[in-house]
Amino acid sequence: MSWAELLGVGLMGLGAVFFVAGTVGILRFPDVFSRLHAVTKADNLGLGLVAAGTGIMTADGFVAAKLALVWLLIAVSGAIGGHLIARHALRDKT
Amino acid sequence: MIVLPFIATLLLLTALVGLIRILRGPTTADRMLAAQLIGTSGVAILLVMGVASGNRALFDVALVFAILAAIALTTFLATARLERQS
Repeated sequence: MSWAELLGVGLMGLGAVFFVAGTVGILRFPDVFSRLHAVTKADNLGLGLVAAGTGIMTADGFVAAKLALVWLLIAVSGAIGGHLIARHALRDKT
Repeated sequence: MIVLPFIATLLLLTALVGLIRILRGPTTADRMLAAQLIGTSGVAILLVMGVASGNRALFDVALVFAILAAIALTTFLATARLERQS
């Protein structure tokens, strides 16, 4: 197990921990807006750590750039989607 | 490298647990949140399995899956807007 693999697996484990925290948050929180907080946290940070771990383990610049793109896409869509979902939930209580 | 499938299984469990929120979620916004969380954990599973199997095509699959999650989100918001206006 070289240092790169150890660090990569460690980062992925940490990302998985954030996913578990986000899932527990989405189940336990009382209303939509606090659940929204949990989901976007798990999205951005969990996936960011997993992508960083993946990038470290596959030591290739092109792959790392692709992973950064995936993470950026999820971060932006999560942020914008979270904002719009909150506005939708605020407007009508369907 | 041994522990990677375990991390992927843990991510799959979080996706399955997210289904409970879809089942129980009072409002449609809750269900969309759970769908987004499941989509993102799907992307994470693809990344982990891409490293575990050494198959780099899975990173492209993860990119497409991320785009699909974004499209699902916009579809929900668009239909919700139409319902509110009508």
